[in-house]
Formats: sequence, structure tokens, C-alpha cells
Amino acid sequence: MNFPILSVISFIPIGTALILFLLPGDRKNLIRWVALAAAFTCFTLSVLAYFSYDQDVGGYQFEEGPFPWVGALGISYHVGVDGMNLPLVLLTGIVIFTGVLISWGVDDRPREFFAFLFILATGVFGVFISLDLFQLFFFYEIAVFPMYLLIAIWGWKATREYAAMKLTLYLFIGSVIALVGALAMVFAADMQTFDMIALQEAGFSTAFQRFWFPFVFFGFAVLGGIFPVHNWSPDGHVAAPTAVSMFHAGVLMKLGAFAALRVGIMLMPEGARMWAPLILVLATVNVVYGALIAMVQRDFKYVIGFSSVSHMGLVMLGFATLNLRGLTGAGLQMFSHGVMTALFFAVVGMVYDRAHTREIPKLGGISRVMPLVAVAFIVGGLVSMGMPGFSGFIAEFPIFMGLWQREPIVAIIAALGIVITASYIMRIISRVFFGKIPVEFEGKISSINNFDRIALVLLAGILILIGVYPSIIAPLVESGANAVWALLGGA
Amino acid sequence: MAFASFESAHIIIVLPEILLLGLAGLILLLDCFWRERHRRILGWVSAGGLLLTIILAILLSRPEIDGDPILIFGGMLRHDWLGFTFKLIFLFAAAVTSMLSLDMEDLAKRGEYFALMLVAAFGMCLMAAASDLIILLLAIETTSIPLYILAGFMKADDKSTEAGIKYFLFGALTSAVMLYGFSLLFGFSGETNVYRLAAMVRVGDFSPWILLGTALLVLVGFGFKVSVVPFHFWSPDVYEGAPTPITAFISTASKAAGFALLLRVMLTTFPTIEAYWTTIFAVLAAATMTIGNLLAIPQKNIKRLLAYSSIAHAGYALIGLVALSSFGAASIVFYLLGYVITNLAAFAIVIVFSQSAGTEQIADYAGLSRRSPGLALALMVALLSLAGMPPLVGFVAKFYVFAAAVQSGWIWLAIVGVLNAIIGLYYYMTILKVVYLYRSDDEQVSVDISRPAAVALVVCSMLIIGIGTISGPWLDLVVEAAKVLF
Repeated sequence: MNFPILSVISFIPIGTALILFLLPGDRKNLIRWVALAAAFTCFTLSVLAYFSYDQDVGGYQFEEGPFPWVGALGISYHVGVDGMNLPLVLLTGIVIFTGVLISWGVDDRPREFFAFLFILATGVFGVFISLDLFQLFFFYEIAVFPMYLLIAIWGWKATREYAAMKLTLYLFIGSVIALVGALAMVFAADMQTFDMIALQEAGFSTAFQRFWFPFVFFGFAVLGGIFPVHNWSPDGHVAAPTAVSMFHAGVLMKLGAFAALRVGIMLMPEGARMWAPLILVLATVNVVYGALIAMVQRDFKYVIGFSSVSHMGLVMLGFATLNLRGLTGAGLQMFSHGVMTALFFAVVGMVYDRAHTREIPKLGGISRVMPLVAVAFIVGGLVSMGMPGFSGFIAEFPIFMGLWQREPIVAIIAALGIVITASYIMRIISRVFFGKIPVEFEGKISSINNFDRIALVLLAGILILIGVYPSIIAPLVESGANAVWALLGGA
Repeated sequence: MAFASFESAHIIIVLPEILLLGLAGLILLLDCFWRERHRRILGWVSAGGLLLTIILAILLSRPEIDGDPILIFGGMLRHDWLGFTFKLIFLFAAAVTSMLSLDMEDLAKRGEYFALMLVAAFGMCLMAAASDLIILLLAIETTSIPLYILAGFMKADDKSTEAGIKYFLFGALTSAVMLYGFSLLFGFSGETNVYRLAAMVRVGDFSPWILLGTALLVLVGFGFKVSVVPFHFWSPDVYEGAPTPITAFISTASKAAGFALLLRVMLTTFPTIEAYWTTIFAVLAAATMTIGNLLAIPQKNIKRLLAYSSIAHAGYALIGLVALSSFGAASIVFYLLGYVITNLAAFAIVIVFSQSAGTEQIADYAGLSRRSPGLALALMVALLSLAGMPPLVGFVAKFYVFAAAVQSGWIWLAIVGVLNAIIGLYYYMTILKVVYLYRSDDEQVSVDISRPAAVALVVCSMLIIGIGTISGPWLDLVVEAAKVLF
């Protein structure tokens, strides 16, 4: 039997959480090193998995199972990755590693902090690799709950209780609605299986798909931040501690989008066809409205929070095109936005930890004291604007091509969002990073430590690497998108 | 299915019941002869005896796999997997309750306390197996009367006395109504055995409305036992006032026993009016979940909160009954299994905390995660399992119940159920927020956990996680148990 790399990746974090709970809580440095070692292992293994995927063969690889889990219902443990979810596994590996790196300064109960973070990571890995519907929900809920504690305990004092509760309830409502839809699918298929690959062949009637598609798709899309149920996301991002914001905007929102694709679009393509226009409209609102709101924020972190809403709109737009280009772009955008937003939140956290404010008018001249942070933010900003040479361009270009193919008017409106994005990014760069440094910060801003540097360089490096050498990821995602497209009736 | 008359070989089948009575007698004897300082061991004797009973029951008196269920003692009891599974649940709950009682100064030295609890457990075992209206009523009363006394056991405490009286009054009233229903059933059919009765109902030409009326009368008694809305009013007061281990026992074992009755009687006796009573039960389930959950939100006392939450859980379990399928019945048994274990863990923490801190107010749990991280973690596991979060048993239990509802086409009920799960999550999280987030002045003072409570907590938590992750074999077991109903 081959090395079960996917299971190992997804169970290392929860194993680490258990180990952490057994360690004495006051050995804080030991706890940090254990966490870092585990996160680094996850990262390395996910890189390894990424590069050993054989693109010539394609399809699901590193498959494990199906091993019967609950025999009476046909539930099994079945994992595998293809071009769509493999980059997301890598993304999770990157974000958990960098998230632990920049969390070195967490001083209040770090044992519990890292343990909950790792439980969350197991949930995320588990969803991305799962090929069984029950397993997907099982890990999905594991990924949702630790968020509550992470935000409520270690978050920003002003809003954390409200934001944490709002976020958890929103996501939980979405997931249970999707759960009812998923159960309806399983019993309508009447195949005594929860295996998604088998359910792809179930041949649900068109009426059935049209009725149940919104339950599943929008249930999951809540976590993807689709308008009008995106409301939890900026509040949640802002209230969360830095590593959790990174995880949340970087990985968790992709979890929602991915599940909506995997369970909604792939299992009920007819339903997707009927509901795609509505998704197009809502996602366009996401893109434009999210960007407009981001433009008027005074709080630095809220700008990034709403920019996530705006960018996730692009992912949803890519899905709704239902064509190969759009789906490929959506897949690329999930990865690119994940890394970019993790970088953004890391930068915001570093600035806030030192300046103790996130009010844009009160900040200024940060680039003089923290040049690397400023460079990293500018790289992220260029990605966000879709500048050629950076990963954002590689992702957004196919989305817009696909959109043009499907609905040119939407493409034009959504392109406005990019313009607005440019304006708010420029505003932050000029107000926060350049200009005069306020007197009260003079000499008070310490420089970042080496862990922070590694994290920033890694994240920014990936964004540039993809921008200049897209074939490292684009063909892979395209092969995954092809599989989705085939289910939609494309050749 | 054979109606066997008395055979000595059948004695072995009621071995658990015999052992329970023997254990109760032994404890009363030891109570007379032991000196006061030795009597603390009574709880260990009770727990150990129950453990032994569980082992012996599994070894000696389990039904044959794939064997036909048999009616023993002239049709009084039915020997099948369903009853046996429930018996094990009751015995486990009684054992955990004994261990939890060891911490309570006023209870641990009283032999009659443990004896009464064992007699109640004896009654429950009979409830699970009873297949005759007469033994059914006797079993219910054998369970209830000791529980009334136990609820009011702390005579010096006004709340406990109130709980005992209240429990008794409600219980007596609902029993009387139920007995009237039984008498009507007997009057229609001339039979007391539920299986013969069912056969009569099937061939007889009864108006469905008369049968439905009778079913509703019977339901009053059962509804009281499982605290279904609108028969739930007793439970918050009784739960709050009764000694906490007894609250744990009433909310778990007694409720499960009520469901054992519901399953057997409703599914067997009223086959011709299924369409009517399932609709009634669907409405009751929805009301029970919603009212239980909504009323739990404003509670300040953790025992009252858990009381309302246990009302809500009765609602979730009822969904499985409404589904009216073999898988639905199995999902109820699984749900109860998970619920019993989880609720025992939750009450164990309440007991440990109130022994050490002397309070049951939720606000006083502030800082618990700093005072005792282990206890806080155990509380989190228990509450999240109640809320239905993976990888804990509460998640799979809810999943199976909802799956059963969807499978039988009860989509609206499943949606009401999942929305209720969210309300549940909300108030469980508010407790966790107090535990993990809020600070308190006594953060340096750690919480003492006695050894029996620690053992009970560790066992329950391991089971919560274990059954939650590997639920397949357990589900197979309860599917096997539910087969005998269809």
C-alpha cells in the first residue's frame, strides 16, 4: 500500500492538538516549537503531494478508500485529490505554517490557541480531500466550531463576542441547510452510498435538482461569503486574531466555495444551470458592492475584510459561468486569493501589534520603519488589482474571459470592481505606508522578527512565482476544472 | 413468536433484574451493619455491582443474534435486542449516577438512597421489556415512586422537597390518565398483552377516532416520562430542586425508559392509525424542540438550562419515531445512547463544580478554563456533543435522526430540527463563552475533582469521542435492535 499522504496531512494537526493538550500550559516556548514543527511538517507534505501529482494521468490521485465507516448507511472514508482540490490542500499547508509563524507573540494560553487552530486545520484538510458526503460534513463542522473560541478568546476586545457568535451562527445555519439538501440527494439516489463519485452518476431528475440545488449551493456559499449573507465575514475577520483572520479569509471562505462547487454544482449540474443567473447577479453585487464598502472604511482591517468579500465574488462569478475558462479562473482565484489575503492580514496584524491602532487617518510612514512589511503589502495589493506579473492576473483573466463568453454585461460591471479595488489599495498604500510618520509613533515602532519575515517572504514569493510562471499551477487547475465541466455537459 | 409459559430456563433472561434487586437488598443490609465511616463505600458497592451486572448480562442473558424474540412468563416480558440494549443503557446510567453520588456528603452515606435508585433502575429494565399492559403499569410505577422519593431526598432543602412533591403530583396525574387509556384498550379487545392486542386491533373493526383517542390518553403518561411538550412543565423545577445525581439519572435513564415504552407501544399497538399519530407526533416533536430550546436561552441556572435542553432533546429523538421506519427506530436508540452518555458527563461537571464552588449559576463558571483546564475541556466536549458537533457522538446521533426523517419524506420536520440545532448551539456556546472568555476573581483557586467523578468523566468523554468517530458498529447494533419492531 502506498503512503497515505492525504490522511497523514489531515490528521497531523489534530494529533498535534492532542499532544498540546497533554503538555503543561506554562511551557509556552515548548508549545510554540511543537506547533511550528507540526505546521512545517504539514506544509512540507502538502508541497510534496502537490509536486508528486501526476498531471499526465489526471483524475483523483493519492486515493485512499473507500473504507466502510458506517456500513448501515453506506458511509465510507474516502479521500483523493484532483486538480481542483490539490491546490487548496497546498494553500491550507501554506497558511497553517505561516499562521503559526506569525503567532509567536500569542501569550494568553498559547496551548489552547494552537490546539484549537490545529483542530480547525484538520477540519479544513478533511473537507478538501473528502470524496464522501458524510465525511465532508463531518470535517466541515469541525472546521467551523473552533473559530468561535479562537475569535471569542483571542480576538479584538471591542467586537469579538458579537462577531464570533454571528459568524458561528451564520455558518452553522448554512451548513445544516446544506445538510438537509445532501440527505435528500442521498436518499433520492437510493444507492445506499454517500460516495460523491458514485452520486455523480445518480442521474437526479431535473425537477429534483432545481428544487434542491439552492439548499446545497447557498447553504455552503454562506461560508464563501456570497451576498447577502456575507455579513458575518468582515466582522469575523476584523475581530479575529491575526493568524485566525489569515486562516479564515485565506482558507475557510474557500472551504465554502469549494463545497458549493463539489456538492452543489458537480452533483446537481441541471440545478446549477437553472440557478446560475441568480448566482451571477449576487456575485456581481459581491464584487462591486464589496469593493465600494471597502473604499469608505476607516479601519485598515475592515478594508481587507470587505476586499475578501469582493474577491470571493469573483470566485462565485467563475463558478456561475459554467464554462471551462470561468471554472479554471475560479479555481486559480481560490488559491491566489487565499495566499494574498493571508498576506494582507499578516501585514495588518504586524502593523496593529506595533501601532496599536488600525485607523487609516492615524497611520502613516510605516514603510520607513518596516520596509519589508510595506513591500509585502504592495505585492499583495498588485495581486489584488489583477496586475500582470502577479497571481491575481493569472486568476482573474480567465474568469473575465469566461464571463465575456457567457454574459458580457456582467463582465463589464464586474470589471468596475477591479477599478475600485485599485483605488482603495492605492489609498492604503499612500496613507498607511508612505507619507509622514505620526509623531506619537516616532521611535516606538519596533521591527518585525525573523518568523514574521519568513512568513511574509514565503507568501509574497508564491504570489510572484505564480505571476511569472503560471504553468506551475494553471494546467493543474484546468485539468480539475475540466472534470467539473464534463459533468456540466462540456466536452 | 411463541408465547411460552413459565420455564425455569427463562430465569437467566431476567438475571439483570434479579441482580439489581439483590444488589439493592445487599446495600440495605450493609447500611444496617456497617459503621458510619464505612458507609462511604456504599456508592462503590453500587457502582461495582452494576458493572458486574452489565458484564453478566452481556455474557449470560443477551438475546441470540438473528434469533426470534420470545415472550416469556406467559407473555409478560419480551426478550429481544431492543429491550436488552435499553437495559444496558439504564445500567450504565445507574452506575455513573452511583459514582457521582459519592461526592455528595448528604447522599453518599445513606444506604436507602442507593437502594431506591437501584429499584428505579429495576423498574426501568422491566419497562424496556414489558409487553403486557399490567406489567407495563407496574414497571412504570416501580420506576416512578422511588424517583419521587429521590427527587425530594434532601428534606432540609425546600427546593428538593418541592421537586419531590411536584414530580409526584404530575406523575400521579399522568399515570392515572394513562391507566384510563389502558383500561379502554383492554375494554375494546379483552386482551392485556400488547402483541395479542395489536392483532385484535388489526382484525377488529374499530373506529380510528376511538383508537386515536385511546392512543392520546396513553401518550399523556409516556409524554410525561420523556417530558414532551405540553407535558414538560415539571421538568425544570424538578431538575433544579432534585439532588444533582438524581437529576442526571432522571434526565437520562428515566427519559430513555420512556422512549423504550413509546417505541414498543406506539409502533406495536396502533398500526392501523399510523398516519394520524405520526402527524400528531411530528407536531409534538417540532413544538418540543422549539419550546425547549427557546426557553433554555434565558436560563441563569445551569441545571435549569440542562432541563430545558433535555426537553429539546426529547423532541429530536421523537423525530426518529415519526419517521416510522426501522432506521428511524434505530436512530432513536442511537440518539438516546449518545444523549445519555453526554448528559451524564454534563451533569458530572455540574456536580464537581458545585461541590467545589458551591454554586450552580452559569455566571459563576467564569474563569473555569483557567481554574481547571481539564474540567473546562470536558465541559466543552459535553456541551458540543449536546449541540451536535463532530467528532462527538451528538453529531452522528442528530445526523441519523435527521437522515431518518428525510428518508421517510419528513423534510419540514428535518428543517425544523436543524434550525433548532442552531438555537441549541447558541446557548451552549454562551456557557462556553463564560467558561473560556470571562475572567473571575478566584482564578487561582483550582477546582477539586474527586476520584469517582474523574473516572466517570473520563469514561463518558472517551465514549462521547469514541462513539462519535467510530459510530458504524454501534449503529449496526441498534439497527439490529430496531429490527424486532418491524
